[in-house]
Parts: sequence; structure tokens; C-alpha cells
Amino acid sequence: MNRLRAATAVAATIFAVAVPFFLKPFGIFLISMWAVLTIAAIGLNLTLGYAGQVSLAQGAFVGIGAYTVALLTQAGYPFALAFVAAGGLCFAIGGMLGYPALRVQHHYLAFVTLAFTTLVFLVLRNEEWLTNGIYGINGIIRPTFFGWSTRSALNFYFFSLGTLAVLSMATWWMLRSPWGRAFVALRENPIRALSLGVDTRRYTLMAFAIGSSLGGLSGGLYAPLVQFIDPGSFALGMSFNLLLMVIVGGSGYFFGPFVGALVAVLLPEWTRITQGYYLIIYATLVMVMMAFCPSGILGLIERVLKAAFRSGGTAPALRAEGIGP
Amino acid sequence: MASFIQLLISGLATGAIYALIAVGFTLLWQTSQTINFAQGEFVMLPAFFILAAMNAGAPFWVAALIGIALAVVILGLLFKVVIVDPMLRYGVLPLVISTIALSLFLKESAKDFYSSQAQPFPALVPAIDVHFLGAVISTQSLAVLGVAFATVAALHLLLNNTRLGRAMQATAQNPALALILGVPVRRMVLYTFLINAVLVAIAAILISPIYLAKFTNGETLGTAAFIAAIIGGFNQVRGAILGGVVLGVLDNLSAAYLSSQYRGAFPLLILIAVILLRPQGLLGRVEERTV
Repeated sequence: MNRLRAATAVAATIFAVAVPFFLKPFGIFLISMWAVLTIAAIGLNLTLGYAGQVSLAQGAFVGIGAYTVALLTQAGYPFALAFVAAGGLCFAIGGMLGYPALRVQHHYLAFVTLAFTTLVFLVLRNEEWLTNGIYGINGIIRPTFFGWSTRSALNFYFFSLGTLAVLSMATWWMLRSPWGRAFVALRENPIRALSLGVDTRRYTLMAFAIGSSLGGLSGGLYAPLVQFIDPGSFALGMSFNLLLMVIVGGSGYFFGPFVGALVAVLLPEWTRITQGYYLIIYATLVMVMMAFCPSGILGLIERVLKAAFRSGGTAPALRAEGIGP
Repeated sequence: MASFIQLLISGLATGAIYALIAVGFTLLWQTSQTINFAQGEFVMLPAFFILAAMNAGAPFWVAALIGIALAVVILGLLFKVVIVDPMLRYGVLPLVISTIALSLFLKESAKDFYSSQAQPFPALVPAIDVHFLGAVISTQSLAVLGVAFATVAALHLLLNNTRLGRAMQATAQNPALALILGVPVRRMVLYTFLINAVLVAIAAILISPIYLAKFTNGETLGTAAFIAAIIGGFNQVRGAILGGVVLGVLDNLSAAYLSSQYRGAFPLLILIAVILLRPQGLLGRVEERTV
């Protein structure tokens, strides 16, 4: 199974690099969107899949990141600085929101973060002097690095894909470290983690803040990708979507967000023939999946593979790491 | 002063509707740990049932009864059997996700199969202005208050003064013990889903003449119900009532006196304050937590 996993990863990477050469500009836009949203979903997976906290604020963090990059680059600051600022700002805001909010957990946290998302939307809409209100911000510039312009759709896709690769490798490394093990311990058995001397509150807060900063970095790419942002894009709908991505892909699996984001980006296009009904189909699929396989697509694949290989023996704790034996 | 009374009465009227929605929400939570993220859409949908029945030629009162009956079957029975039952064993989170998907499903269905335009909805009573202490009060507000009060009173009587109601309370407080004492727990849980369906259908009849019937109505109403339930206390029916009324009045007063742009922000700030300072809600009991 290990070899199968490695082969799949290599094949997927080759596919991700090769596929844009066979696509029309709109197709390239879609897979760029996939790369950008996957970053936000990886962040949410840290909060939800590893630390076990339901957050409905990820869309708001994408929004904060997008506005930060849009406003700073338009004020003449270099993109790299704005991008780092987006991540740093969301890390700080995530920490400030999480510090008091994580006193209460689970469904209460869902409601606090829901309130936060709505508040961010109201601020983006009402503070016209800063955000231009409902009219949004137009003509966001795509960056140029050492003479390599990301203005073309293809270049921007590779820029997004590269950022995704770097950030997901950093996350992978973090999850393999003692820190990441502590995150998993939080979800699997918080009482045991606490009694083993893991400062659960601090680790939950760190997971939340790091997850938020990934949301901000995702927003930092979202703004130059779509080149037009308005408050409505970052309302509750986006947070719900990101949550669904993580769940549909398989929360707690490292590659869950990659799969979930792919489904969420491509499904509307594939079901375009059904006119406006695609959201109904999507919602139905999610409900069916929750009823039969709440561990998402990767959970389903793992179940099927396990039945086929009869290898058995993979303990639930290993599944929780999501990175396999 | 006159305008204050006006704002107060209309705030009380919306607050009473929020209270009805929030009460149903807390009932589901108490008996089956269901957090219904589609509760707002549950209020939006019966209005379309009623409009469809009226389009088919039924007079308003008949259509209203048909709407309530359809709500009981679809939003009560079917919701319980098809969505909630298969998922309860997985715990709270998958059901939360599923009700989020359900809210999307109901919203899009109403848009695609009925209309994306706001539909006028008949009022309970003709709009006549009543003058009281210099304030102008609409009979509609008074009718809303009357119906909501009657509904809550009926629910209170049912829960506290009948055998059935006490069995339902026992189910909410300690299902295992209730089962041992001979309470048919599963049926009691089902009854709370049916009661929730009746409550949201009544809320739909009350609120649709004010907001018009629109597929997006559920978004604000659902959030209002969560906030009301949390402000008042998740595990108390009277907490939800208090929360709803407080929310309706504060929303109206803050929009008039503080900032109409940030209407909606004020209740959220109260929500955050309540969750942080008194997470069990104003009237709630502390629930046991593992960590």
C-alpha cells in the first residue's frame, strides 16, 4: 500500500505539471483556483482534521489576506512583502480570535467563528474609505519575480502550484514533528493528551493560528488570480465551501483538502449541463456521503483498498496521522 | 419617546418570531444533539408551500394548514428519518455538515422550482395603524405578538402539564434513565422534530408578510435563531424565548440609534460576549464537558 501511495503522489504531481498545456485559458484559471483554494483548505484541515475544532472563519481569513495583498500592492509595496503580511496578519488575528474563543469548543466555536465571518464581511462592506465597499477592488496586479512575469494564465498557475507545493511541504514537515503529533493527540484523546503533559490549549491555539495564516496566504494568491475582489466573495458561503472541501476530501487526511478542493472546483463545471441545478446535486452528494462515509473520499478509497488488500492491521491512530505507516 | 415605543413594539414582534425559531432549534439540540444549520431554510420553505397551495386555488387559511401539514411531514418526519437518523451514530460534526448541505439544497430548490424573485405573502390581519401613547403601532405587529405568545403558551402547557410533555422533558434530560422508566424515547425524539416543524411553519406565516417570501430569507433567520438560542441558553426553552426577544429588540434599537450600516453586527458582538463570559447562556445550566 505504501508503494501505491508513493506512485499515486508522483503520478498526481506529473499530472498537475503537465495538465495546463492541454487546457484552454478558462481551464487553467480553474486549476489555478484549485491550487489557491487547496492552500486555504489545508489550513482548515489543520484546525478541523487535526485539532478537531469546527471553524467557519476560514473564508474570512481568505478575505483578509486578499484585501491585504490588493491594498498593499496597489499602494506600491512589492508583492512578496504583501503576501507575507497577509499570512502574518491572519496569524495574528487568528491568534487573537482563537485565544478567547478556544475557551469554548466544538459547536460554540462554530458559532463564534460564524459571527466573526459576518463581522469581517460587514467591515469590508461598510468601511468604504479602505475597501471601496460593495464596489470592490479592481485591477489587482499579478507579480513579477526577477523578470519572470506571472501575468499570463499559465505562469500564474505555476506560481500558485509552486506556492502550494512549498506550503504543503512545510505543513507535512510540521505534522511529522512532535508538534504535529501533539495536534493529532488533541483530536484523538484530549484528556489523555492533557494528562501526558501536552498543553492542549496552547497547541489548539497554534493549530488555529497557523490554519488561519494559511487562509490568509491563500487569499494573497486569490486576489491576483481573479484580479477583482468584493466583500460578497468572502461571506459565509466561502467558509461553508471550504469546510465542505475538507470534509468531502476527508478531514484528517493530509491529501484530503487536495481532493476536496478539486471536487468543489470541477463539479460545478462538469454539471454545467444541468443548468442551475448543480448546487442541488452537490448538496445531495454531500448529504449522501455524510450518511454513508463521513470520512470523505479518501476515507472511502482507504476502505475499498483495505477490503481489496486484506492487509487489515492499520490502527486508527495511523489513519489519524493521515500520512500513513 | 413615541418612536422608541414604536421601535420597541416592532422589535418585540420580530423578537417573538425569532423566539419561535430558536425554541425549535433548542428542542432538537436537547433531545438529539442535532444542531440544525438549516433551521433558517426550514422557516423559508413553508412560505412557499403555502404560496403553492394558494396558487392551486386554496383560500389562505386552508393553504396555511396545508403548509403546516407539509412542513410536519417533510421538515419533521422526513428530516428525522432520512437525514438525522443515519448520522447520529457518527457524532455531532457529520450532522452539522449534512445540515449545512441541506440548507444549500433547500435554498437552491426554492429558487429553481419556485422563483428567485421575492413573492408577496398575505398578511394575517389587514394593516391598520393603532395609536397608543402617541406612537403608531401596526395591527400586524400586534397579531404577530398574539400568535407567537399563544404558540409559546401552548408549547409550555404541553411540555409541563401533560404526561407526554413530561416524558419529552425526561428524554431531553436523561435518555437512558427515561428509557428505563418506560418512556418511549425514540418516539419522544420524533415528536420534538414534529413540534419544531410546526414552530417553523408558524414562524413562516408570521414573518413572510414582513420580509416577503424569498429563497434567501433563511440566511438571516437561521443566524438569528442560533444567536437567540445561545444568548438565552442552549438547553432551556425559556432561555431561547428570552434570547429571541432580546435579540429582536436590540437589533431594532441599535439599527435606529447606533448605526444602520452595522445593523447585524451588534447582535454578533453580544453573541461573542455571551459565549466568552457566560457560555451556558443567560438562563442556561452548565453542561458537563470532558476537557
